[in-house]
Amino acid sequence: MSMALLEVKDLSIHFGGVKAVQNVSFTIDAGIVYAVIGPNGAGKTTLFNLITGIYTPTTGTILLDGESIAGKSPDELARRGVARTFQNLQICMNMSAIENVMVGAHLRLDRNLIKAALRWPALRQRDRELHAEAAELMQFVGLKNYVNARADSMPYGALKRLEIARALAMKPRLIFLDEPAAGLNPKETIEVDELVRKVADSGVTVVLVEHDMKMVMNLSDRILVLDYGKKLTEGSGVEVRNNPDVIAAYLGAHA
Amino acid sequence: MKNNQFLGLYIIMAVLLILPFVLPNSFYVDLAIRMAINAVIVLGLNLLIGFAGQISLGHAGFLGIGAYATAALPTHFGWHPLLAMAAGAAAAGLLAATVARPIFKLKGHYLAMATLGLGIIINIVVRTEARWTGGPDGMSVPPMSLAGFEISGDKHWYWIVAILLSVSVWASLSLIDSPFGRALRALHGSEVASKVVGVDVVRYKVAIFVLSAVFASIMGSVTAHYVGFVTPNLADFFHSIELVTMVVIGGMASVYGSVVGAVLLTALPQALTSFEGWETVAFGTILMLCMIFLPKGLVPTLAAKFDKGE
Amino acid sequence: MLAEFLQFLFSGVTVGATYALAALGFTLIYNASNVINFAQGEFIMLGGMLAVFFTQGGMPLPLALPLAILVPALVGVVVEKLAIEPVKGAESVTLIIITIGASLVIRGLIQVWLGKGTFSLPAFSGDVPLRILGATLMPQSLWVLGVTAIVVVALWYFFNRTLHGKAMLATSFNRVAAELVGINTNWVLFLSFAMSAALGALGGILVTPITLTSYDVGIMLGLKGFVAAVVGGLGNGLGAVVGGLLVGILEAMGAGYISSSYKDAIPFVLILLILFFMPRGLFGGKSTDRV
Repeated sequence: MSMALLEVKDLSIHFGGVKAVQNVSFTIDAGIVYAVIGPNGAGKTTLFNLITGIYTPTTGTILLDGESIAGKSPDELARRGVARTFQNLQICMNMSAIENVMVGAHLRLDRNLIKAALRWPALRQRDRELHAEAAELMQFVGLKNYVNARADSMPYGALKRLEIARALAMKPRLIFLDEPAAGLNPKETIEVDELVRKVADSGVTVVLVEHDMKMVMNLSDRILVLDYGKKLTEGSGVEVRNNPDVIAAYLGAHA
Repeated sequence: MKNNQFLGLYIIMAVLLILPFVLPNSFYVDLAIRMAINAVIVLGLNLLIGFAGQISLGHAGFLGIGAYATAALPTHFGWHPLLAMAAGAAAAGLLAATVARPIFKLKGHYLAMATLGLGIIINIVVRTEARWTGGPDGMSVPPMSLAGFEISGDKHWYWIVAILLSVSVWASLSLIDSPFGRALRALHGSEVASKVVGVDVVRYKVAIFVLSAVFASIMGSVTAHYVGFVTPNLADFFHSIELVTMVVIGGMASVYGSVVGAVLLTALPQALTSFEGWETVAFGTILMLCMIFLPKGLVPTLAAKFDKGE
Repeated sequence: MLAEFLQFLFSGVTVGATYALAALGFTLIYNASNVINFAQGEFIMLGGMLAVFFTQGGMPLPLALPLAILVPALVGVVVEKLAIEPVKGAESVTLIIITIGASLVIRGLIQVWLGKGTFSLPAFSGDVPLRILGATLMPQSLWVLGVTAIVVVALWYFFNRTLHGKAMLATSFNRVAAELVGINTNWVLFLSFAMSAALGALGGILVTPITLTSYDVGIMLGLKGFVAAVVGGLGNGLGAVVGGLLVGILEAMGAGYISSSYKDAIPFVLILLILFFMPRGLFGGKSTDRV
């Protein structure tokens, strides 16, 4: 029996008059790949932002391993092993590629200012180890050729994978991937598909927002369908694919 | 790249060692000391502006706190100058921490406004409280002494400042390339990204603001002791802008750029001595041209060209 | 008691009107381009200084004054073209530094050209003070208040009833959308700098007979006008006017009742308080960021 890692109950957020997410409830067990799909504007990214601490819900609860995390800030969530990537890329262009990945390990390191300024040997040693670890992560995500590159010299597809490497550097137990295949060509999409599979196989619970249905059906153990901020249905790939409401929502037949 | 990062420091140290024997007279030694003092202040300020991407338009105020602490406390209360310097640094740090916390929760330009206001208030206070500060005419500063040995004159101060500069450059280089430094730069690059990897953004901004304030305060005290006299001009708005200009022209987010910027812009007023108005015009023009054509500053732009040329 | 209070009130409202005009200038530019124009204070200075220069050069007042508004407006446009347009979309730190640079250039040039002296203009309708309930009111103050009121009403009319004004407002709400409906947003930017400089210059001219002018009045006036804009809520026109008057009155009251040597510090203490407790200002709205 799998443990419920994330429990969301009656989650809602209103932006003035806009009810971006309304009374959404679902549960994610540890170790699975969980996808969130829905037409554009359905509230998927908003849902991610609510769970990862960027927005505070208007009502509802979010429990991570039984602890309430609703309204906690992103850095507090990071401390609880939650990582995420962004639909619109949030890469630090002022740093090198590998430094972007190393930043992901921020919480695992000694961040002491004084020791840093004094070049404390233990700190420097740990940094060297981290550098090697980051290089390995970059290889894992398929960025072997960019280990010495600056972030601002890398193409879009590479940056999307860099964000995943950064998230993995956190050694998270739960990772939110917001449209990892967005803007990628078919070949790149297959590569990302394989990468997400590798990440899931390494034991991390993956929550995915994606429009590419083939990828979603391939990877996901369970799928949540949102429409106009509300939960339409939840189930396995087969169940969801054959659900008439889901088909109607995507093809536009609304009452 | 990693190895020759400290090469610049070794060059600076070598220059600092040879300089006193090469400079023709004490006017130039004085200039060198002022350049080095400014370089340390600018290093601290650059950590805030260039690396963390924040801004301070009132940094001269912190200089003033350090300078007047080390002038007034020994003069009026008999404190030992070193203790007074520490008190000044503590006061500057505390003030920075108090102002920063509420402000850093807001957007970028609010910090500019708050630091501006703070700097001006400090300037008005030192100008007004003549009983303690000598008012607009300023006051003289008792000399610094260490274990009974009095430190005065450019011979002593040159070496002290040279050591301070070398240590500051070394510490800054080390800091940038550390977890703390990376978090700082990530903060500048993408605040959201740094948040989701666990960086407590507000705390870091406050920390770096306090650090740069303390740097400034200490160097304010050093300036006060070196010159032997302190006036409110040390803490005025134009001086704050001069410091920002040094950061900008030398190169934001560049340790060596801070040194270059400080050296260049400390020398500039000397070249324009009789024309105060032209000095203002020059600074203004440099600021504009720099931000439009050389937004990264001299050192990073040259470094990038050098890299491309290889 | 009452006389004293009224005295402070009158002087506060008078200088507050200047701050209001400056604050409106800041607001205009901020709305059009998200730039905080630190050179605003220098436009105020230019108004006064140029008016003095023209009249002392023999020009009759009815010609000198409009010219002293027109020239700063042109300077404003030059600043926009040379300093702001080349770096469109840069970080706010960059833009702030550029406008500070522009203010230094303007001030420095005036210092070189006209020197460091202090100058005055003759009051527009004589300087026989009026007595109201024991307090004195200079006729020039009435000019300041009257003209400012007319200008505020004219601006309201412009923004709410004319096509050009509405276009400017639209640009401030959403630049891209404005461009998509055919509004020339470059022109809006251009116009906002010109208007904001003109407003500042007007304020500078009006108040010179009372507070005198010199090459460096711009700094304090500009900064205080800026405080007023933030107090009222950055980007809000009504807020700018209310903020200006409020800052002026608080400054005068503080100087009168608490301590006159700290008069200049009052607006800056005010801005720190506002930023701590009410950063959106009196009339500012809330905003959220989309990630």
